Amino acid sequence: MKNKRDTAALTILRYDPAKSTEPHYETYDVRAAKDTTVLDALFQILENQDHSLTFRYSCRSAVCGSCAMFINGRYKLACSTLISEIGRDVIIQPLPHMPVIKDLVVDLTTFFEKYKVVKPYVVPIKPPPEKEWIQSPQQRSKIDDSTDCILCAACYSSCPSVWTGKKYLGPAAILQAYRFAADSRDGILRDRVELLGSEDGLWRCHTIFNCTEACPKSLNPARFIESLKRTATKETLKARIPFLH
Amino acid sequence: MLEHDVIVIGGGLAGLRAAIEASALVDTAVISRVHPLRSHTKAAQGGINAALANAEKGRDDTPDKHAFDTIKGSDFLADQDAAELMTRMAPECIFELDHWGCAFSRTDEGKIAQRPFGGAGYPRTCYGSDRTGLYLLQTVYEQSVKRNIKEYQEYFVTSLITDGSSCKGVIAINIKTGELVPITAKATILATGGLAWAYSISTNSMINTGNGMMVAYQAGVPLKDMEFIQFHPTGLYPNGVLITEGARGEGGYLVNAKGERFMERYAPKAMELAPRDIVSRSIQKEIDEGRAFESAYVHLDLRHLGREKIMSRLPGIREICLLFAGLDPIDKPIPIRPAAHYTMGGIDCNPDCETPLKGLYAAGECACVSVHGANRLGGNSLLDCVVFGKVAGDKAAKFAKSATGETDKSLVQSSLVREQKRVEALQSGSGTEEPTALRDDARLILTQKVGMFRSGTDLEEALKQIRKLRDRFSRLRPISVDKVFNLDLIRTFEVEAMLELAEIITASALARKESRGAHVRLDFPQRDDEHFLKHTLAHCTPKGPTLDYSDVKITRYKPEARKY
Repeated sequence: MKNKRDTAALTILRYDPAKSTEPHYETYDVRAAKDTTVLDALFQILENQDHSLTFRYSCRSAVCGSCAMFINGRYKLACSTLISEIGRDVIIQPLPHMPVIKDLVVDLTTFFEKYKVVKPYVVPIKPPPEKEWIQSPQQRSKIDDSTDCILCAACYSSCPSVWTGKKYLGPAAILQAYRFAADSRDGILRDRVELLGSEDGLWRCHTIFNCTEACPKSLNPARFIESLKRTATKETLKARIPFLH
Repeated sequence: MLEHDVIVIGGGLAGLRAAIEASALVDTAVISRVHPLRSHTKAAQGGINAALANAEKGRDDTPDKHAFDTIKGSDFLADQDAAELMTRMAPECIFELDHWGCAFSRTDEGKIAQRPFGGAGYPRTCYGSDRTGLYLLQTVYEQSVKRNIKEYQEYFVTSLITDGSSCKGVIAINIKTGELVPITAKATILATGGLAWAYSISTNSMINTGNGMMVAYQAGVPLKDMEFIQFHPTGLYPNGVLITEGARGEGGYLVNAKGERFMERYAPKAMELAPRDIVSRSIQKEIDEGRAFESAYVHLDLRHLGREKIMSRLPGIREICLLFAGLDPIDKPIPIRPAAHYTMGGIDCNPDCETPLKGLYAAGECACVSVHGANRLGGNSLLDCVVFGKVAGDKAAKFAKSATGETDKSLVQSSLVREQKRVEALQSGSGTEEPTALRDDARLILTQKVGMFRSGTDLEEALKQIRKLRDRFSRLRPISVDKVFNLDLIRTFEVEAMLELAEIITASALARKESRGAHVRLDFPQRDDEHFLKHTLAHCTPKGPTLDYSDVKITRYKPEARKY
């Protein structure tokens, strides 16, 4: 596992609203060994070349969701992207279609507002038991994967329906809605479906699958959206045609 | 002016749990240097302990047995009343999280699944595959959303507002605007996490720099038992990313370059599931004595668990191995070595989470109640966060409710001006020292001289070198004057804290002339209950830390030899 020292060129889309109205690209040469990540390289620049560079980071182990970026035209977490695997010329942009605060830091206010719209928490209908709810492994498996979203906003940034429909909730929020709708401990399926039934909810999704391609955790938000569409249709029919019960 | 009844600094598991509790009684806000969902809790993997007796082999488990394991694991430095409180409250706290929708894995009967963990007599660790931290953090964040708790995201606290006898709030940098703002409160809860990033090989998030401990210390609150730093046995080689203890709980082997399951030599009964201090030292011994691969790491072998078990119980570990080591643990053993993981010590507080400073509370890793003593058991830190987060929120809210009197505006103003001057001084420095270079030096010194094996000479040398670094810190290059998202400035505050905390850790370690739990002195290899069955307290003085000691609370469990 001895590493050969090598270099890479990082071209970063820089933008500082305090200094200029236009973004511009700057290129930096960095050391890049076999296990150097894009995040490592960004720190090299920040510490040794340009103290004004800005980006978000925290866990550097691909779970906190801070460092989603657009790297060589793909949605990636900077902390788990090895330079040796993507080539020595690296172009880094902030998440596309998002307002930029500075450099690689985007404004996630709207993203999280939409997340909050879907009631992202379990709402039980019965008072809880003294101990845990009984939830069989099969019931638990219904929420598999949907619990693993790290809310990095990559899918949201990649979704053409978000680009063109400012009010559309987007794939991450709907995935969260699925996570609770599918949980045996939740009791407000009908409300959830109604909440998502508007044209800024489920039906704005045109099954383009960008979200699924973008997800750095290899989740499939489109599948959850589709599943909720089926549930919504069923629930609506049930409500309107009583003998279907 | 921004004003609340209770403010919670830190949006991880302890902080959000505290905020949930406090918000039931009073106006509460969470202040965090990152979005709460980016907190370090999310990186926890293996699980959270509670004597639920759900597992086949755990039917006889009780909170008392959990307390005993915790106290024995702590090498008898834990306060036994606090450990008993924590383990007694554990089941109700876990059930509450389940009622809030936490995605725990289930047994065939539909109960919360539990796995074996190190130093525990029974399978006691409740888990959600190997993403327990993610699920727990989501759950408490969801509950904070439900309660509409006010959040100050990306605010970095630089100091407490205090008149010397009580805490009135904080001064923080709004990272998005660069502005320094006072946020006042009747009660303040620190839940800012640990400092293991101060070591060069660490499992921690990069935001775990100890700044919360630092602001308490500078406000006159002692830091307790800071010499006890936990090294996690299985940090991925080389970058230290955590490989959960759950991997050994599920049956993983530790193997050296000679193909031996070497734990046989060190803990013949518990083997890979001995407590962390023992397993880490054993691995380091194998490395030091030339039985490691490339003289640097040993193997954590999961292959015999089979694809199905790895995919269902340890999918996150597989993902980490694929991403960071380019290998699949289904086919290949994982290269690992110990990495700094947890701060057993922290802000001095009692089981009610009260610090000696009135109106200031602490919970989670930044606090030292102490329930972990000289060595924490795996699965007990998330529990500590949940239990004492809840306690801190409740106590702080009740204190805030009964508090009277107006905020002293001149005190707030003078605190703000002091912090503004501090920032200006950093930005107008005339020196040439690079803050992050000093940090790297400090991290190396801690790793090499204040690590798993310590000696008087090494510690004295380390103390000298750290003091030199602190001196050099006064001659920094000018720090960036940018307003928006000024990482250079924030990271300089981090370096300042890391250097001062490094001195405290080292001074505390030098004074503890015995070996206990995670603190091993080669020159004093035995535990010395006669002289050192006591907590270290480091106090802030202009000349550096001064130390004194406080008693350990013993209830039912007499200190005995610790064998596994």
